[in-house]
Amino acid sequence: MELNNSKIKIKAKNLNVYYGKKQALFDINLDINQKEVTALIGPSGCGKSTFIRCINRMNDVIDICKVEGSVEIDGAEINEKNVDVVTLREKVGMVFQKPNPFPKSIYDNIAYGPIIHGAAENKDQMDNIVETSLKKAALWDEVKDRLNEPGTSLSGGQQQRLCIARALSVNPEVILMDEPCSALDPIATAKIEELIDDLKKSYTIVIVTHSMAQAVRVSQKTGFFHLGKIIEVDSTEKIFKNPANKMTQDYITGRFG
Amino acid sequence: MTKEQRLKKRYRAEKRFKMYGLISVSLAVIFVLILVQNIFSKGSSAFSRTMIEVAVNYDSSLLELEGPINQNSLKDADFYDLAVESLLKIYPAKDSKEERQILRLFSPDYEFEIKDFLIKNPNKIDQIVPVKITASDDIDQLNKGNFPRDLPEDRRRVSNYQLNIYDNLIEKEKIDKKFNNYLFTKGDSRDPELAGIGGSLMGSFFTIIICLILSFPIAIMASIYLEEFAPKNKITDFIEININNLAAVPSIVYGLLGLGILLSVMEFPRSTPLVAGITLSLMTLPRIIIPCRASLKAVPPSIREAALSVGASKFQTVFHHVVPLAMPGTLSGTIIGLAQALGETAPLILIGMVAFVVDIPSSPVDPSASLPVQVYLWSEQAERGFVEKTSATIMMLLGFLIVMNFIAVYLRQKFEKKWN
Repeated sequence: MELNNSKIKIKAKNLNVYYGKKQALFDINLDINQKEVTALIGPSGCGKSTFIRCINRMNDVIDICKVEGSVEIDGAEINEKNVDVVTLREKVGMVFQKPNPFPKSIYDNIAYGPIIHGAAENKDQMDNIVETSLKKAALWDEVKDRLNEPGTSLSGGQQQRLCIARALSVNPEVILMDEPCSALDPIATAKIEELIDDLKKSYTIVIVTHSMAQAVRVSQKTGFFHLGKIIEVDSTEKIFKNPANKMTQDYITGRFG
Repeated sequence: MTKEQRLKKRYRAEKRFKMYGLISVSLAVIFVLILVQNIFSKGSSAFSRTMIEVAVNYDSSLLELEGPINQNSLKDADFYDLAVESLLKIYPAKDSKEERQILRLFSPDYEFEIKDFLIKNPNKIDQIVPVKITASDDIDQLNKGNFPRDLPEDRRRVSNYQLNIYDNLIEKEKIDKKFNNYLFTKGDSRDPELAGIGGSLMGSFFTIIICLILSFPIAIMASIYLEEFAPKNKITDFIEININNLAAVPSIVYGLLGLGILLSVMEFPRSTPLVAGITLSLMTLPRIIIPCRASLKAVPPSIREAALSVGASKFQTVFHHVVPLAMPGTLSGTIIGLAQALGETAPLILIGMVAFVVDIPSSPVDPSASLPVQVYLWSEQAERGFVEKTSATIMMLLGFLIVMNFIAVYLRQKFEKKWN
């Protein structure tokens, strides 16, 4: 299952998640490699999003959600009471399905994370963080003259890149993307995919996607989820050319899902 | 039914529905107009006051002053004899009965009005000066055209003799109207021409301030805690249901609570804005908590997720993002809650704010009335002068309520953030 010559960044072992009485994930075992894009595919409601929300413990917010099992990042367990979620989420950024900039200026959107973590000592450093984050998200050239305009005034694709820049602003190691392109048009999608390709040089990326084509284009490794179970994980090439499992075969050829 | 028939039927149904809507809207508008017209036609005359000009002879010998004449000695002087002597000169009187009738043309405060004039113009001593004196309620109403003159004398409050004097004064142009500043500067009085809403205005002001100070922070904190931090379990469900129930409790019950606990057990001063403010804030709390929670709930979860995902703690997420975004709704909910408290009468009656208070309160622990209670008090009075005062007070109260609601709407529209 593991690919050669890649270091494992995130390791999920026997992960079970329940929403109230309903079990959403069954015994998930998944390794995610460092500085690589891992795509998670599968039909709606199969637990892909639930899984990536376990990696930065966003499921804590949902009262009825219960997580059992282990998730390790760099060998350190994160599913323990004494783990500080703030530090964890500083390390593991997240980009959501719908662009969700704060109803504040573009500058403030990026600066918020560094402010609460005390990353900048003065205005110059902050300006610097904002600029590099926006540059990394390939948005700088489009917004550098209007940093004081509200983030919500940007187009959908720009808003999503703003959200990526916001996630980058706190210097994470891992970026989780929950269907980042589902609300975007093809041109904006292409830009985000290009960006993901660029970002994988320095970040570990986990992306949930409904588009098989997107998984092929951006990822090196793909996991196929179905009804809360992980059916098959392998290199993207193998999954899409020669899947081992019949169900994977049916899904990627469009016979269900 | 053919397709055309169905189409026609559908159009007819839509037309009918529009008609019903129009009828209900116009009915509502008509009722409001009738109400406003009624209040304005009755109340507008309260803003003017009839004055009778009298030549007052400031004869210092009648004042029985000892020592030099200055403002201080004038303040202590008794102006009754001087005032009566001048007033009686406006028309010849046969006997003491007619003299009494002449004096009754003026408000009982004539003595002080004459005195105040001299204190303001001390150089007029020993001169005969024309002074405008407030007319009695009967003359005031007669002058405003509210008294029928064609009734037999024994059914009128104004005698034939007084009518003659009135006509005579009109002829000599001694009677005119001026703006009624007493309405705003004076406290309550048994004489309608001297009664004002100054006291109840201050009373209402103190009450609302106390209500705001108590209910706003408590309501905001309670709603933030319940909405954002409290675990969702049976206890919080129970609290939530009870808050909704409390908002529906008749206000008079809160009055009973204030009477039973604040006045009887804790022995707070009776009829004061302090007690009224505490009682009304009990009533207002659930009515503020409900809109506050609604506006917190209306902040989209995506904003919370955004903040959490960059590593904000729960507390930071709530106070940096959720609360500021919910502020417009919170503020307008508070203002509307306070507006309801401002118009509340029943609980105030129970805690003794119906007392007849002449003095204008200078602090929240002085006895006072409040605007809605003043309306209630005056509406019970028989004198015609109080009818117009009642309507004028209602106009003031409605004015305040409209202004408060306007501010609420303005705040909500101005500061509401747009998110996609």
